[in-house]
Amino acid sequence: MNRAEPLVLGIETSCDETGIGIVRGRTLLSNTIASSMDEHARYGGVVPEVAARAHLEALQPSIEAALAESGVALADVDAVAVTSGPGLAGALMVGVGAAKALAVSLEKPLYAVNHLVGHIAADILQAGAATSTADDDGALEYPTVALLVSGGHTSLLLVRDLTTDVELLGETMDDAAGEAFDKVARLLGLPYPGGPEIDRAAVDGDPKAIAFPRGLSRASDMAEHRYDFSFSGLKTAVARWVEQRQAAGEPVPVADVAASFREAVVDVLVTKALAACRDYDVPRLLLGGGVIANRRLRDTALERGAAAGVTVRIPPLSLCTDNGAMIAALASELIMSGREPSTLAFGADSTLPVTEIQVAESS
Amino acid sequence: MILGIDTSLGSAVAVVEPDGVIRSQTVSADPRGHAEVIGTLIERALGEASIRPSDVTHVAAGMGPGPFTGLRVGIAAARAFALGRGVPVVPVPSHDAVALELLIHDALTGGYEDAADETFAVVTDARRREFAYTLYRGLDADGLPVRVAEPALAPRDDLDAVLADAGAVRRDSDRVPAAMLALAASRALAAGRTIGPADALYLRSPDVTLPHAPKRVFL
Ligand SMILES: [Zn+2]
Repeated sequence: MNRAEPLVLGIETSCDETGIGIVRGRTLLSNTIASSMDEHARYGGVVPEVAARAHLEALQPSIEAALAESGVALADVDAVAVTSGPGLAGALMVGVGAAKALAVSLEKPLYAVNHLVGHIAADILQAGAATSTADDDGALEYPTVALLVSGGHTSLLLVRDLTTDVELLGETMDDAAGEAFDKVARLLGLPYPGGPEIDRAAVDGDPKAIAFPRGLSRASDMAEHRYDFSFSGLKTAVARWVEQRQAAGEPVPVADVAASFREAVVDVLVTKALAACRDYDVPRLLLGGGVIANRRLRDTALERGAAAGVTVRIPPLSLCTDNGAMIAALASELIMSGREPSTLAFGADSTLPVTEIQVAESS
Repeated sequence: MILGIDTSLGSAVAVVEPDGVIRSQTVSADPRGHAEVIGTLIERALGEASIRPSDVTHVAAGMGPGPFTGLRVGIAAARAFALGRGVPVVPVPSHDAVALELLIHDALTGGYEDAADETFAVVTDARRREFAYTLYRGLDADGLPVRVAEPALAPRDDLDAVLADAGAVRRDSDRVPAAMLALAASRALAAGRTIGPADALYLRSPDVTLPHAPKRVFL
């Protein structure tokens, strides 16, 4: 195996995107994503069985597309990487089964890695294309705080070292932020996925029109849940507000509701992330996950980060949403740091903790 | 060499020579844990057959029916292995493997004349108080089990009545022999036939309910 600059094929199937990425060392060669989002639209949210079926059908064409795009032959791959968790169990198992068989057939080592830590590794591939406020366009420095926000997770991490030391500071106690967007969109009669729809609806809205609650932000919450999130109370508050309007026979100001709801989500995400930066004296914040596509979230993080003296890094969106390139990138870092491959005995772990950056390293 | 992979019940992997000689068989009876064991089973099957991955010319995939989460692991693995070697996947209905084993066993033990004339049902657990079953009757000229009805589901309590109507003898199975899966594939290949579906035999729609209008929370 070429440990100096390994050629790695990464497989990601933790939620509704079948992601195949090919990376050489720290260079991105291809990032192929097949999403089953359209199939979930009629259900208003990701349906695990629908996602798992879609992964099975999308895997082979996605691998072939990634190889064609990068001009890489499977025989040249140094290692296969796969997401072991966290995520939807049935969806993860499709990727794990495929990755193991691929590695055995190629007689190549296999690296089973953590999806959330993969989101952080995505930053390595941006190669100077950072949309950061900072004037440095070089490598991510450690330690850094990372805020990972998607339809499947909302997590705040402290990363002291990408391959050896990642700590979970907090996570959502109920819905992921992306789910909250989906649910409120439905409440407002907007289609799935809710993030872009809420964004569109909020354009002409007043973010201060309605004072929606900021979950787990009261002084009494801060002792135990300083870095945790909760969005179910917010969703309920929006529902209550809309219903009261409807019951009174008044029109619902969709733009104001959307803008005020989005503001509540963004405010609590950015406030807690920057609090972590301050508490741990870490002037760096990395954003990841599909909800980062939300412009208001990006802008607020950049503005308030700059005001707080925190450098905010945002990988390109194609690397923020779930993808296989980030999985390959993390495995590539593990290989370059001398780590042994995973044994073949690992499984899909829907609740894999972030401290397990690599699963089942062989001894 | 044909590599057979089935995870429609437990997990099973086998290597069979093109002429049908069984080189190796590895199994895990664990009704879950397919993703955990599949890589090790493939590696062991190759090792016990004393072959390299590059010796595999075809991968036979058990397409179900079976509990979906486990079933998909084997199909994904079969496709990925085949992709890795640049060889074709041969899809086989998993019940064909059970039927083939029963018919060969009956032939070897002298009951062949009866068995050849008898309609029987391969029955496997489909969870949720249902059985999956497929009706067969003897072997054809290519040595493949004759499917007289495609795989279907029946509620547990109704199965016997359904089979009585079809005049079929019930043959329950709690395992799918991967060697028989690979043997069925080798016979299909020799005869130039396609015997399995390209997609998994789910037999059930995804278990979802469409959302209704937003529920009233307070008023
Ligand atoms: Zn993610």
